[in-house]
Amino acid sequence: MRHGRWRFLAGAIVPALVLHVVFVLSPYAQAFYLSLTDWTGVAGQAHFVGTDNYARLGGDSLFLDAVRNNALMLLLVPLVTIALGLFLASILHLGGRGGRRGIAGSGAYQIIYFFPQLLSLVVVGVLWSFVYNPNTGLLNGALRGIGLGGLAKSWLASPSFALPAVMVVLIWSSVGFYVVLFSAAIDGIPQELFEAAHLDGASGWATFRNVTFPLVRDSVQVAFVYLGIAALDGFAVVQVMTVGPGGPDGATEVIGLSLYRNAFQYGKFGYASAMGVALFFATLTLAVMALRGSRKAVVA
Amino acid sequence: MTLSLSLSRVSKKPAPRRNFRTLPVHLAMLAWSVVTALPLLWAVVSSFKTDNEILNQPWSLPASPQAGNWARAWNQASIGRYFLNSVLVVGGALLLTMLLGSLVAYALARYEFRGNRLVYYVFVAAMFFPVFLALVPLFFVVRQLGLLGTYQGLILVYAAYAVPFTVFFLHSFFRSLPGEVAEAAFIDGCSHAGVFFRVMLPMARPGLVAVGIFNFLGLWNQYLLPLVLNPDPDRYVLAQGLAALSVSQGYRSDWSGLFAGLTIAMLPVLIAYVAFQRHIRAGMTAGAVK
Repeated sequence: MRHGRWRFLAGAIVPALVLHVVFVLSPYAQAFYLSLTDWTGVAGQAHFVGTDNYARLGGDSLFLDAVRNNALMLLLVPLVTIALGLFLASILHLGGRGGRRGIAGSGAYQIIYFFPQLLSLVVVGVLWSFVYNPNTGLLNGALRGIGLGGLAKSWLASPSFALPAVMVVLIWSSVGFYVVLFSAAIDGIPQELFEAAHLDGASGWATFRNVTFPLVRDSVQVAFVYLGIAALDGFAVVQVMTVGPGGPDGATEVIGLSLYRNAFQYGKFGYASAMGVALFFATLTLAVMALRGSRKAVVA
Repeated sequence: MTLSLSLSRVSKKPAPRRNFRTLPVHLAMLAWSVVTALPLLWAVVSSFKTDNEILNQPWSLPASPQAGNWARAWNQASIGRYFLNSVLVVGGALLLTMLLGSLVAYALARYEFRGNRLVYYVFVAAMFFPVFLALVPLFFVVRQLGLLGTYQGLILVYAAYAVPFTVFFLHSFFRSLPGEVAEAAFIDGCSHAGVFFRVMLPMARPGLVAVGIFNFLGLWNQYLLPLVLNPDPDRYVLAQGLAALSVSQGYRSDWSGLFAGLTIAMLPVLIAYVAFQRHIRAGMTAGAVK
């Protein structure tokens, strides 16, 4: 049984490890170094500039717009998505006795809700740029159809509506996933707890607050991390949907877009890498905060 | 895996008695169904309309279905070529990912050796890094290897970024398989590779299917990597091609063609979803919880 053990292990692990080191680990590691240089893509022309790139980030108004927009998205997209997801998942279970059994057709609803999650954000972005189209779009068409034509506008070209319009798209595409996730979590709650709440005469809201929510809290925390990471991205949707891209006056600029443009259009590779590092620390902070939150939940 | 069980239980529940309380619930559920499905249906319907109908009656049905939109999108707007590029790149990357990922996951799950944990964490830690961080250096690594704008380059990079999740997912799966069958095979003189390919891999099939579907969707929807690493328009993948079409002025006037292209881009995912919807929802939610 020992025969050929090491040869097999090496054959199984080394090819994937080489691929991993070359295309994943080494780029991640290089990014930190590049962010301290003024590299413009010409080999041998990189100078070490210390933290200059980071200092410049603070004075780059478009980058600051991007940070502001990402922060707004980080705040609102997870909040609205989770609220809608929790609401739909818990009322899915309201109809039956004891607040546990799913209403008739809950499986079918979940199937429909989930589909947008599977689409590429590019496809979602193209679809919604049609929906938002000022003249031919579904949204303005609907508003005119119900006599609210006065509200029709060029959604993506208006500085105050472009970012909310983008956030609506992100929320639209992910609510279904969280309905299914939370629904599975609610299914895992012991039936007796709902029956007890029912016998005590607890209202739907009381049952949700005292039984459902505390027991699906772990899933909610996972959802915050996932949605937070998605909200720090937003690249594909913004790049495909908004004019510019980056929107009117940087109204929808996001960090990913700034990074992409600085690197692959302006050739400021060192500067772009500094943005990547900033994004990395934002992600890390988010993950650590969520982890600490869950530890607190375990203690309490 | 417990999640997949609880998901399948949903449909087996007896239908609840009719109850007046369920009416508002159904109204809320229906409202979100409309919000979800309407834009999608609208795009499909629009792909059969004439430009004139799209411009003037966004809500109407097509007077006579225009199949020509689809042909024009497929041939003239290159959606067909992008589609085939996607099939080629995603197919190659999926095969490579599944082969390498299952080998690593199996070796780490079933063999004790020094550094086992370290190798596992080296793979899995990468899942938590934003791809944007790697983007600039990755471009130069791929360019230096002469792989920029090639199918092989995309396949290798796609696989490299899909392997960590595959290892993560299959590691626990291989752990949960019983060891007796493998031991019997060893006693019968089977080699290590033989045990893996002929005994363990077939036993791990449910896990392979789940992670395979997940990887298919993830790779098919890739946009950022091809945008940076695949600049040749002849080799554009579908998402990339669709994005390019929708922003280029030339196609801004061909509304019906764009709607047809969009619908073509949604179809493979819709088909995969209809065929595997239970696996997909269970696999993705399980991936999120672990």
